[in-house]
Amino acid sequence: MTIAEERNDLSNEEGGHEHEHGGPRGIYLWLTSTDHKVIGKSYMYTALIFMLIAGAMAMLIRAQLTGPNNHIVSQQTYNELFTIHGSMMLYLFAGPFAFGGFANYILPLQIGAPDMAFPRLNALSYWLFVTGGITMLSGFFTSGGAAAFGWVSYAPLSSYSNAPGAGPDLWIVAIALTGFSGIFTAVNLITTAFYLRAPGLTMFRLPIFTWNMIVTGMLILIAFPILTAAMIMLYADRHFGAHFFTVSGGGSPVMWQNLFWFFGHPEVYILALPYFGIVSEVIPVFSRKPIFGYKGLVFATLAIAGLSTGVWAHHMFTTGTVLLPFFSALSLLIAVPTGVKVFTWIATMWGGDIEFKTPMLFVIGFLFTFVMGGVTGVMLAAPPIDFAVHDTYFVVAHFHQVLAGTAVFGGFSGFFYWYPKLTGRMYRESLGKLQFWMAFVGFSLTFFPQYLIGLRGMPRRVPVYLVSDHVTFLNQLSTVGAFLTGASFIVWLINMWISWKKPVAAGDNPWDGHTLEWATSSPPPHHNFVSLPPIRSARPLWDANHPEHADYKNQGHGSVPREREEQK
Amino acid sequence: MKVEYRIYMGIGIFVLLVTTVYFFWAKEYGGVTMLFGTAGLGIMPALYFGWWRKRMDPRPEDSETATLAESKGAIGAFPSNTIWPFVLGMGAFLSGLSLVFGEWTLVIGGALLIFAAASVTLESRRGGVI
Repeated sequence: MTIAEERNDLSNEEGGHEHEHGGPRGIYLWLTSTDHKVIGKSYMYTALIFMLIAGAMAMLIRAQLTGPNNHIVSQQTYNELFTIHGSMMLYLFAGPFAFGGFANYILPLQIGAPDMAFPRLNALSYWLFVTGGITMLSGFFTSGGAAAFGWVSYAPLSSYSNAPGAGPDLWIVAIALTGFSGIFTAVNLITTAFYLRAPGLTMFRLPIFTWNMIVTGMLILIAFPILTAAMIMLYADRHFGAHFFTVSGGGSPVMWQNLFWFFGHPEVYILALPYFGIVSEVIPVFSRKPIFGYKGLVFATLAIAGLSTGVWAHHMFTTGTVLLPFFSALSLLIAVPTGVKVFTWIATMWGGDIEFKTPMLFVIGFLFTFVMGGVTGVMLAAPPIDFAVHDTYFVVAHFHQVLAGTAVFGGFSGFFYWYPKLTGRMYRESLGKLQFWMAFVGFSLTFFPQYLIGLRGMPRRVPVYLVSDHVTFLNQLSTVGAFLTGASFIVWLINMWISWKKPVAAGDNPWDGHTLEWATSSPPPHHNFVSLPPIRSARPLWDANHPEHADYKNQGHGSVPREREEQK
Repeated sequence: MKVEYRIYMGIGIFVLLVTTVYFFWAKEYGGVTMLFGTAGLGIMPALYFGWWRKRMDPRPEDSETATLAESKGAIGAFPSNTIWPFVLGMGAFLSGLSLVFGEWTLVIGGALLIFAAASVTLESRRGGVI
């Protein structure tokens, strides 16, 4: 690896500074760039647009469920809406927002690298992701409508006779395209983190976010090929007369569930781990403490990855074909490393000089929702409870609190945390806080009633219910909450608009950050760094900015309050 | 390289243990096959990293006391702007659509794929050093 000065000389000789003077701009930059920062931002904004589209579908779903026997949308449209809402949120927002957006942008910066290891492969993954999203949405423009069998696409619902037309096929192609995009990104992330680190940045000095992205990449490489294989089998069943998932030809519909959930459960951690990484970055910075138990956090992440491969059939308890004690035990075990993480985060905040800026508020919102979703997850891991509430709104509330808790609260925490680095501008703190409180209150109001709706026996994926089901009031509460959450995103858009039109310069290191991404300018120059601080601990920039409290001198975990330092 | 080797090997061996338990307890061979393949996805990269670990020079990024000056030379060749990943993506997109709308999109998509793949390979020779 070159040091920064040499790097500049080289790039000047080779004329490598195209972006800074006279390089492509606008659409041409978007189409041709191989810069991880441009691709990362494109990924992020595309994923957020997909989130807004899928969120609008959620509003329609909630509108339909406002009262008993509502007919705002037809039954078929309702099925299409929840299918594409789930598919887009999971395949096109939560995952790509994190491992395509944040990781692409931040990971090379955090390890002091000039770019990702394979920049052109990176660009290709972005284009596969975009075209995958377009393919999925285009199902709505076919005569038969979009796919309508849920994001899990269970056999035999997804067979040709049950789901005819082009929509389901478009869904299959979309999943295959985004699947390949994810695989390429994972290869890129792992290679970058293994081979392009700055000198002295050993594996156990990597920021936790980078560690989590490595483990996410490993999980993507384990899980996504199985999904793609399952999609090929499904397509063969639909069009080539194969019988993988049909009983008539000797196949087994439960086989689909096995294949899908062998992908699907690691996928849950693929969606969650990057956001855990973001949280592990935000908490120490806003508490002005090093992370409590660095190695514990790393090994907890690895343990989650290992365990996640052995729990797939806890989604299939009610099929009666799976070994209940094995899957129940492994699922319960996952609570241990997850608990380690939660306690680590709390211990990091403990005694810290906490500053409640918007990113930190979102982290606390994340902790609250995620722990609630996690606790109900432990409940669902017990087969007797799962038998009672399987496929009811209890499960819906559980996974929304886990996944939306991580992807929305963790995701927006990271978005606000790194927004100054991404753009060089500051967002408006008051609007950020308003968005948080609207989202947090709205979100809790949406999903707490759904636990009760589930316990009263309302199944998921049904468009109507009766007055005699006694779920009308709870559903109305849930709808109000959903629209409040929806409105919080309008506040976010206004915030972005104001910060774009009336920019307030953020400075290179507005949060007094710990890791290398804050050591460069905002936004970073082409190939990222002009100079790097020496790396002697997991917090190189903190060491450089606060030499008297440097980690390599002081191995304790105490916080350094602002006042004490100002007195010096 | 030691840590990289160990995390992959650790995941691989752990999944192998799970596979063994599952094999003798559940006697359900679909799951055993998938778990065994997953163990391989841990162990195969681990063997690659382990093989290289013994053959490569110690790297400054694995040393706790390395200074920035210790690493000399270019990091690698990083390409500048290129249109080919976009063309390749569109080729994959149109080829994928042929599964839905019939072979005619494959003609366009396949042509784009071949053209872009060839161009991207030729372009590698021109990649600048950063």
